[in-house]
Amino acid sequence: MKFSSQTKQKIAFMLLGIASTIVIVPVIVIFTILIQKGLPAINWQFLTAMPRMGMRAGGIFPAIMGTLYLVSGTIVVALPLGVLAAIYLVEYARRNFLTRMIEVAIVNLAGVPSVVYGLFGMGLFVIYLKMGVSIVAGALTLAIMILPVIITSAKEALQSVPRSFREASLALGVSKWQTIRYVVLPNALPGILTGTILGISRAAGETAPILFTVAAFYLPRLPKSIFDQCMALPYHLYVLSTQVPNVSPKIQYGTALVLVGMVFLLNLVAVIVRSHIRSRKQW
Amino acid sequence: MVDKIVVENLSIDYGGVRVLKDMSLSVKEHEILGVIGPANSGKTSFLRALNRLNDLDISSRLSGSIRLNGKDINREMDAEEVRKKVAMVFALPIPLPMSIFDNIAYGPRRHGVKKKKKLEEIVEQSLKAAFLWEEVKDRLSSSGMKLSGGQQQRLCIARTLAVEPEVILYDEPCSGLDPISTAKVEDAMRELKNRYTQILVTNNVKQAARVGDRVAFFLMGELVEIGEAGQLFTAPKDKRTEDYLTGRFG
Amino acid sequence: MRRFKEFLIEKIILLNGFACILFVILIFFFLAKDGLTLFKTVSPWHFLFGTLWNPLAEPPQVGILPLFLGSLIVTLGATVISVPLGMACAIFIGEIAPRWIRELLKAGVELLAAIPSIVIGFIGMTMLGPIVKNLFHLPTGLTALTGSLALAFMAIPTIVSIMEDAISSVPRSYKEGSLALGATHWQTIHRVIIPAASSGIVAAVMLGIGRVIGETMAVMMLTGNASVLPKTILEPVRTMTATIAAEMGETVRGSEHYFALFALGLVLFVITFFINLAADAALHQKQK
Repeated sequence: MKFSSQTKQKIAFMLLGIASTIVIVPVIVIFTILIQKGLPAINWQFLTAMPRMGMRAGGIFPAIMGTLYLVSGTIVVALPLGVLAAIYLVEYARRNFLTRMIEVAIVNLAGVPSVVYGLFGMGLFVIYLKMGVSIVAGALTLAIMILPVIITSAKEALQSVPRSFREASLALGVSKWQTIRYVVLPNALPGILTGTILGISRAAGETAPILFTVAAFYLPRLPKSIFDQCMALPYHLYVLSTQVPNVSPKIQYGTALVLVGMVFLLNLVAVIVRSHIRSRKQW
Repeated sequence: MVDKIVVENLSIDYGGVRVLKDMSLSVKEHEILGVIGPANSGKTSFLRALNRLNDLDISSRLSGSIRLNGKDINREMDAEEVRKKVAMVFALPIPLPMSIFDNIAYGPRRHGVKKKKKLEEIVEQSLKAAFLWEEVKDRLSSSGMKLSGGQQQRLCIARTLAVEPEVILYDEPCSGLDPISTAKVEDAMRELKNRYTQILVTNNVKQAARVGDRVAFFLMGELVEIGEAGQLFTAPKDKRTEDYLTGRFG
Repeated sequence: MRRFKEFLIEKIILLNGFACILFVILIFFFLAKDGLTLFKTVSPWHFLFGTLWNPLAEPPQVGILPLFLGSLIVTLGATVISVPLGMACAIFIGEIAPRWIRELLKAGVELLAAIPSIVIGFIGMTMLGPIVKNLFHLPTGLTALTGSLALAFMAIPTIVSIMEDAISSVPRSYKEGSLALGATHWQTIHRVIIPAASSGIVAAVMLGIGRVIGETMAVMMLTGNASVLPKTILEPVRTMTATIAAEMGETVRGSEHYFALFALGLVLFVITFFINLAADAALHQKQK
């Protein structure tokens, strides 16, 4: 009897181990392929030159810059909005129906399909607010999309600041907002940053929301203003792999690697910031 | 001596549980009032009501009145004004995660003191008054969290003094400290007597006897007895006080 | 003055808090505004249950049933693959794996989560497609199965991280109580820990499904985009998301096709809305 339950356990654990391997192996394979096939394409010229010959040659500079513009615009909008919303939920909101509604709204924003964000961004920003297909419209769309990521991580960061700090400050007759501004926020900042960077990396990799709001198929120059269209890395990869015939795999993989590299660099920074806070935290 | 704080018919509920029952007492200017009693007797709730920190708990309900210098703190003053005048030192020292200097300067800065010279002056005076200056004067820029427990508690006292309160509340300020640190904190309290009104909540009956001018005994949310320290400890009027002091319960 | 400033800041913060509700309403409103216009000319019945999607025909055919079934078949496939794998991985990470393997697996899953969907689509097209094609001797490798496989891996990070949270939040005393009674570790896991974490597990599955239904780019690149009623998982299909992404660029604003795509977006929004609501309810049940 005892023997059989031990054996069962061995078999079960082995199966779980195999399943975990199945999950992890494709990750390794994807990265190996990307690096193996993409790395030879990457050189200074590839990163800094305009595309040529119908994007079959040359570099991906405008796509890289376009993504950087978009991401900066996204963060300028999403960071204050998200952090203030988190402050409201953690510091001011009471447990009532309205607060619950806000939480449900956040959960739902997180679950809205990215292509639906694209439709919404087109309907509201591009057409209704007459921004046209532009960097502003794209950045605003992406900002609303990553809002839940920023709010959730900012909430966690604010909640991790001990209640006693707030009481110590309030007990000195300091007002609530000043307590938040001078005690809570500085201590929550690294956590907020981590979440923000994760949000950015999500925004940098998304394609569907920018399809109808900002992305240009081919625009061999940099945008002149925020009301211009621009190219973007993820969309560029889509174009190269499905819309333009006879693009050499080298350029496709090179573009994919640059995109993944950018996203991972951001994630890496987030991980480093996070572990740095943990090691430095005094409370 | 004049009455600094007058509490009348004060009752407090937390989420429907009554923790303080119909309490009336007054605190005289420049005295140290010791408050003793077993756990859950309402001492801390009483203290938190005095500087309106109980406002932070939305489930708390308060009735009756608390007057500071004759003004009702819940109806005629706003919370920040009350907390500035009635400061609180917590059971566990809570230095803010910043330097010693910034800890002390935190309150004055938020209340509008900008000049560096003035801030330096406030920091020095506050640290001196809390008997901490000599120990930290060479490392004001190091973190307040690196100090020992006793030093941290005196730092918190100094931070409290820096906002120039009129009343200082202590919530078992020595519960986590060793005897030597405790003695230093008690010294600081005696030294502050001529300038401040102080209320000391403590589990340590002997401490109340050492520093209190008058002592109040709380039991299950009620004020059982209040009187001169000498009288209360040697000849308590109420049987329950006597039982508590002789260690029959608590 | 200071009091006024404080008051103003509190109001601004309050406004930001409500912004999220506003955005959900705005999304719904802007989808409904154009989406519902469709029903002036097309009956909701024909839209929802019409079996022909050919918006460029004359008159346009905008029955979304093939697209809905396309999404359904891809989602079902992905769920069948990702739920057992994700659950096994979460249990392995949370209960069994030694520390270094656990960290390695977690890092791997996080890496997987961070790969943009367009990259998954690209790799799937170049690597996975040919494998599926040769394995089943198909005319094309871009099928519902290919999409399901790729989507399963995109859903796994969501499933693993939420399930692992649920598993690790089971009180230690449950586990110790069971082990103390002489149960093996495995018996403890499947008789005590999994039942105790069940509502979190349900939430993980739902959020995983929500992720799959809403996924766009990878699906568009991998499923072959044939808007016909799917019969087997080895045929090309076309999902609702891919239809919007592929066709919106080519429509005339204000045409029936245009309104139909918005109506499709509305259907997607409503579906994911309820899935997320259900997942959230499951998570909240756990907290009580």
